[in-house]
Amino acid sequence: MIVELGHLALAAALVVAVFQTVVPLYGAARGDATLMALARPAAMVQFAALILSFGALTHAFVTSDFSVSNVVSNSHSLKPMIYKISGVWGNHEGSMLLWVLILALFGAAVAAFGDNLPESLRARTIAIQGLIGVGFLTFILFTSNPFERVIPAPIDGQGLNPLLQDIGLALHPPMLYLGYVGLSTTFSFAVAALLEGRVDPSWARWVRPWTLAAWVALTAGIILGSGWAYYELGWGGWWFWDPVENASFLPWLAATALLHSAIVVEKRDALKSWTILLALIAFALSLLGTFLVRSGVLTSVHAFAVDPERGMFILVLLAIAVVGSFGLYAWRAPTMDGGGVFRPISREGGLVLNNLLTATAAATVLIGTLYPLALETVTGEKVSVGPPFYEATFVPLMVPLIIAVGIGPMLAWKRGDLAGAMHNLWAAAIIAISVGLALAWLKGAPVGAALGMALAAWLAIAVLTEWADRIRLFRVPFANAWSRAAGLPRSAYGMSIAHLGLAVFIVGAVGETYFSHEVVRYASRGDRIEIAGRTVVFDGVSERAGPNFNAQVGIFVLENGDRLESERRFYPAEGQQTTEAAIRVGPAGDLYAVLGEPADGENWTIRIYYKTLVVWIWIGGFLMSLGGLVSLADRRLRVGAPAPRRRVAEAAVGGDD
Amino acid sequence: MGRLFALVPLAAAVGLLAALAWPLFEGRNPQELPSVLLDKPVPAFDLPALGAGEPGLTSTDLKGKPVLLNVFASWCAPCRAEIPRLQGLAAEGVTIYGLAYKDDPEATRRFLDALGNPYARIGVDRDGRTGIEFGVYGVPETYVIDGDGMIRHRHVGEVTDRVADATLVPLLKELAK
Repeated sequence: MIVELGHLALAAALVVAVFQTVVPLYGAARGDATLMALARPAAMVQFAALILSFGALTHAFVTSDFSVSNVVSNSHSLKPMIYKISGVWGNHEGSMLLWVLILALFGAAVAAFGDNLPESLRARTIAIQGLIGVGFLTFILFTSNPFERVIPAPIDGQGLNPLLQDIGLALHPPMLYLGYVGLSTTFSFAVAALLEGRVDPSWARWVRPWTLAAWVALTAGIILGSGWAYYELGWGGWWFWDPVENASFLPWLAATALLHSAIVVEKRDALKSWTILLALIAFALSLLGTFLVRSGVLTSVHAFAVDPERGMFILVLLAIAVVGSFGLYAWRAPTMDGGGVFRPISREGGLVLNNLLTATAAATVLIGTLYPLALETVTGEKVSVGPPFYEATFVPLMVPLIIAVGIGPMLAWKRGDLAGAMHNLWAAAIIAISVGLALAWLKGAPVGAALGMALAAWLAIAVLTEWADRIRLFRVPFANAWSRAAGLPRSAYGMSIAHLGLAVFIVGAVGETYFSHEVVRYASRGDRIEIAGRTVVFDGVSERAGPNFNAQVGIFVLENGDRLESERRFYPAEGQQTTEAAIRVGPAGDLYAVLGEPADGENWTIRIYYKTLVVWIWIGGFLMSLGGLVSLADRRLRVGAPAPRRRVAEAAVGGDD
Repeated sequence: MGRLFALVPLAAAVGLLAALAWPLFEGRNPQELPSVLLDKPVPAFDLPALGAGEPGLTSTDLKGKPVLLNVFASWCAPCRAEIPRLQGLAAEGVTIYGLAYKDDPEATRRFLDALGNPYARIGVDRDGRTGIEFGVYGVPETYVIDGDGMIRHRHVGEVTDRVADATLVPLLKELAK
């Protein structure tokens, strides 16, 4: 009964979404305030209907209702409760339902917080959000119904892919979707602005926080996913340049560019046309990601629900969204005025450089992702574009970008003084070069490693220098500097934290890539294994039964007597095997041990890694996301109302962002 | 900004969409890993039996009628999972030969004693040489071999109900005609 109610609510949401699209758009075109005002309640009702629908599916999973086909395929009565719940979105149908739920959440948020938007802009934004909803609700109802019944109901379910039975992965998709789908809001704003034919000042103030919110969630989602791959897949990698990873990374790059160009729109009323294009591209890349993951056109470890019919449907949605919005852009963008002028060496110039490099990076990743597909289409040959491609194309683009990230915040708006900025940064430059040379000469590090660490040092010190400069640390009495520090806007702190996070991330990425150690060998009980100056003793294997799996547990004893356990789990319901690595996390590096396959007699294959500095990767990513959150908490964004006087005052302190 | 310039994103997007649509129209399955030996005769081999007095497996045994050759090992979990499915196929009259890949014969013996034996004959490929000749990616793999000893299909991974019903059984029926 509840299941049918959920299905009905889903259908009702589609009807409301159609209403939410048609009525406000018509009202805005006619200038009819009554019709436009209907956008807000419609968005609220659609969200409420989808909460009901999602609640019904969750109920079916929690109570293990095996008369529902989706529950049978993805759940099992013995599964722990948390994974019963995460099973709701651990499959194609349920995750699409989560997708539209979040889409409606953002639509409702625009409706709820949009008081200070011009009426027609708000109505159009909500309508476009509704239109995206129409597309995806149709998709769910006609090709991916999560509420389908099976008669007769089987006794038990087939279980959830055990790789997905993990806390990191329980949280990873909702975070990622908040990011992906959050970009729909900026997309709707951009399309609404194009329909209006002008970029309202309130448009610029609105786009940035929404981009920021989506970016924060996307960053957190990618970091969670990367962490999951690291500890769950059992070979200690954290990024594989897999098509599906790229599918989340592409919108992230576009959102990062958008985040920075939106600052220019907000502060300087320039780059409007480019920012709108970025907003369209960012969401188009989100949709492309959805298509790549679900259509099965690319082979990936992550691809699920491979079904050409669904792929075709999403492709049609993607085509409508892209052709419609880009067509509108081609039509309307040339008529929009350019706005404020600036010199190449200026804060704006720095942000444009950021945009150019980030967009180029996104293009290289896009090419790397789609090239195998294109080649297979043309020649039928299967190739895989691996890390070497990205190391040769993506990484070199990051070098000038990171140098620029250090300098940009030191430049003034409109017309900057590069020599003045460099004057402040000489200490950073000297330390960075010393770090690089010391690593290369004293430790014999490869060039890439020395360069990477030098860039990280440069960026970290430049960020701290910029902060010290802003509060006049050591130049005015300490109490005075302290009060300046307390008075800095949160968006300034947000920027510093996020940029520092980037530096920390680079340390981790370079450390892991260049300085890790690996030992793979046969071992029997009592064998001692030397790795990276440490000794690990293999203490044999025992059997253990888990709630829904059987495990062979390998024990590894560290020098300090700590015992680490690595498991090989076999899940009978799913007929699958997973590996749980034994990981001792440390600031200098992780010890990572995996019990492999049994060999002859008492011997087991074991793999032990020392992953140098790897934890910095996730601390860095977390800092980036935190920086976004801090910036989002800025009073200016929360209040949202124009405050020209205050902004002049801030500019005197050195400007924010 | 020039009007023409504003058309660039649209043109790029349309090109991209066309490239994405192509494989869907062609109906190609990227998950399939075609064998290099497809439509070629099976490599010659002569493998010993699991126990004394049992028949071994040679490449000539594969000729005569369409059969399945299943590459398995006792240390592989999906192999364990697919045994019941293979027994079902054997009961339906499908001849399945087994290639015990890089496995201790004693362990293979225990494995089959515990789970049941769907194989008409088993060849012990202790050092994995024959597996290499076949181009085995990883166990389990299942090959469909026609009456002339030609490899007609290769399935990588567990033989699930879907694989058996949708691919293997229809192909065997067609080859038997």
